[in-house]
Amino acid sequence: MEGYLNLFVKSIFIENMIFAYFLGMCSYLAVSKTVKTAVGLGFAVIFVLAITVPINFLLDTYLLDSGALAWLSPRYADLDLSFLSFIMFIAVIASMVQLVEMIVEKFAPALYGALGIFLPLIAVNCAILGGSLFMQQKDFSGIVESAVYGLGSGIGWLLAIVAIAAIREKITYSNVPAPLRGLGITFIITGLMALGFMSFMGIKI
Amino acid sequence: MKKNQSNIDKTPMILFVNKEKEPLFSKKNRKLLYDPMDDNNPITVQVLGICSALAITVQLKPALVMSVSVMVVMAASNVIISLLRDLIPNRIRIIVQLVVVAAMVILVDQVLRAYAYDVSKELSIFIGLIITNCIVMGRLEAFALGNGVWRSFLDGIGNAAGYGLILVIVAFFRELLGSGKLFGFQVIPDVIYEMGYVNNGLMLLSPMALITVGILIWIQRSRNRTLIEKN
Repeated sequence: MEGYLNLFVKSIFIENMIFAYFLGMCSYLAVSKTVKTAVGLGFAVIFVLAITVPINFLLDTYLLDSGALAWLSPRYADLDLSFLSFIMFIAVIASMVQLVEMIVEKFAPALYGALGIFLPLIAVNCAILGGSLFMQQKDFSGIVESAVYGLGSGIGWLLAIVAIAAIREKITYSNVPAPLRGLGITFIITGLMALGFMSFMGIKI
Repeated sequence: MKKNQSNIDKTPMILFVNKEKEPLFSKKNRKLLYDPMDDNNPITVQVLGICSALAITVQLKPALVMSVSVMVVMAASNVIISLLRDLIPNRIRIIVQLVVVAAMVILVDQVLRAYAYDVSKELSIFIGLIITNCIVMGRLEAFALGNGVWRSFLDGIGNAAGYGLILVIVAFFRELLGSGKLFGFQVIPDVIYEMGYVNNGLMLLSPMALITVGILIWIQRSRNRTLIEKN
């Protein structure tokens, strides 16, 4: 239990998707003009990350990893399909996004109204594929661990985009040098926020 | 009826203009190559593909390898999508694009693993992330789906070069100031260290990558005032 909690906190604060690895920067910069849309996109990312990381974990351990096919027949025990992982992961992500979109549309129209436009965007968000690739690299021991990791990284992403959106809403009132306005100042603020997040380094529960 | 008539009249005209022999490197085609380097840079102006641009710029060598990989992937997938552009149904185009790009990335990844193992270890997941690199998808959507093969190829090369340019500039400053080296060779002489100069370790950490790009954008926009954003 403690291990899960530790992983959860670590994936939110210390290994924050945006501030430590710069994953999902494109949508982070494009959709952070107002807090409301930022929250919508953030929740959509949590949703998709928490679903796709465990699914890709199962795929990786039972299909792609070297020797993973041993459960099928001993003949396949030394097969290594890990070179296919990129294409499998992205296919799972794209189809999951489509599926999630349809399910949400059917059963929670209000949520669909809020997330609708962002869901298709998410298939090409690097944070999602990055979550799955990190999961593969970290060699998690079980599906719960990977689900916790997916959820935590999603929450970390939400935290970052909501914070920058709030700052950008305020900064429209200040007198930024003209060439820095918009993109430039956003980069520098993100840099300063990343410096702040570095202070979480080494925290352990 | 009359409107239709005029359309029919126009179509052969356009076809004819297209068929007219255009030199391979005409002015318009050269613009496709040079424009992304500065005025229409994918990173600082179009805001595409930032994720990977920041994470792998601690040293020059991985940054260079990354730019070359992106260039190969972009040129190849632009050409393929441009060849297929009339066959792809509009509704599933994203998935088709993802599959084409993913196949290209797998090829690049396998080649890197075979011939440059340490660099590929260093780039870790970021080679895989070329699949979701917004530059590749963005140019496929915006250009290759609507243009011919040769022009798409040039567009791919041009945008990848613009991306690589920023990567190399950022990596140059981060490696020089952060560890006093370029391509792993020490360039700052020992004498200066003996006089008390210390490498700025902060440059090696992630926040300074963001701030370096921010400053690059600042410099570019104060040189070229048309790019300045109105709030």
